[in-house]
Amino acid sequence: MIASLSLILLCQLAGEIFVRGLTLPMPGPVIGLMLLLVLLLARDRFPVLARGPLQGDGVENASRGLLANLSLLFVPAGVGVVQKLDLVAEHGIAFLGVLAISVLVTLLVTVVTFVAASRLMARGGNSHE
Amino acid sequence: MNDNPFSLWVYLSQSPLLWLTATLLVYAMADAVSLGTRRHPLANPVLHSMWIIGAFLLLTGTSYTTYFGGAQFVHFLLGPATVALAVPLYENRKVVASAILPMLVALAAGSVTAVASVVLLAQAAGLPRAVVLSLAPKSVTAGVAMGISESLHADPSLTAVAVILTGIMGAITVTPLMNRMGITDFRARGFAVGIAAHGIGTARAFQVDAVAGVFAGIAMSLNALVTSLLVPLAVTFLLH
Repeated sequence: MIASLSLILLCQLAGEIFVRGLTLPMPGPVIGLMLLLVLLLARDRFPVLARGPLQGDGVENASRGLLANLSLLFVPAGVGVVQKLDLVAEHGIAFLGVLAISVLVTLLVTVVTFVAASRLMARGGNSHE
Repeated sequence: MNDNPFSLWVYLSQSPLLWLTATLLVYAMADAVSLGTRRHPLANPVLHSMWIIGAFLLLTGTSYTTYFGGAQFVHFLLGPATVALAVPLYENRKVVASAILPMLVALAAGSVTAVASVVLLAQAAGLPRAVVLSLAPKSVTAGVAMGISESLHADPSLTAVAVILTGIMGAITVTPLMNRMGITDFRARGFAVGIAAHGIGTARAFQVDAVAGVFAGIAMSLNALVTSLLVPLAVTFLLH
């Protein structure tokens, strides 16, 4: 458990160092994500790596535990918003309306594009066969 | 002896213990209600935890800084949780690898729509220029969005508010919207909510379906990259 958490933190730390060092415009944890993914894939290729948190579902279980409660992690930031509702009130209903419509339009455009592209791909794949 | 309860309150309200406990307890209750309603979209545990704790802070006159002293331990885990997304990604790598093309096309369409729609709508609604700029990056995770906002000389705290509200709205609307449209492809549903509503949408996706969660996590990460390049461009082309 502790070894698995350490591995996750180590990946994040490496990601932060990488991002800060090269002043890249992306969050450090995203690089950490890629690093952990590479480690998991490498473990399947090279059995030498399958030790400590990388064996017996160690890091997998720790990660599942974190992700099972992902919603909880947004509560502190969310409470900050409740304290700043005056900022929203200042710009009135237009502010909320703009956000709501933009969210709906974005959901629709993305999902329709995804479904259409995957159908086109499936059809293209069949016609080649 | 009379001032004892008060001095106890003064002591506890300044210690991280009280606010960490309050955060976990309120969330545990909100999550139990959410489970009890079989994850009804309106029983969103983030939404209900934040207003209950927010109201409690207002009633007790507690500052957000004091509250955050306790809640920071929970907030800190956002980074490790992002790294942990590698595990479901690894476990579903075959499904993900076979969907690279639809993901890239949907990423392009979704990121552009997320930024362009909010900039155009906010202008049409007559919101001031500073507000429009602050809203532009609202579909990406708070840390990245605030960075973008800062680089545009907009208001990062207004951006943070817009980001959280966007996440909650996406998490609440995604299930009824997709059901009504008859979309049963959970890869597409997850990807859409990850683009539109970042981490809060991703948390919702994991509650509904594991594959949806994986695709939401990928969408959120990719959108953070694309949006930080896209917003400065969009501002140049769309703002007059």
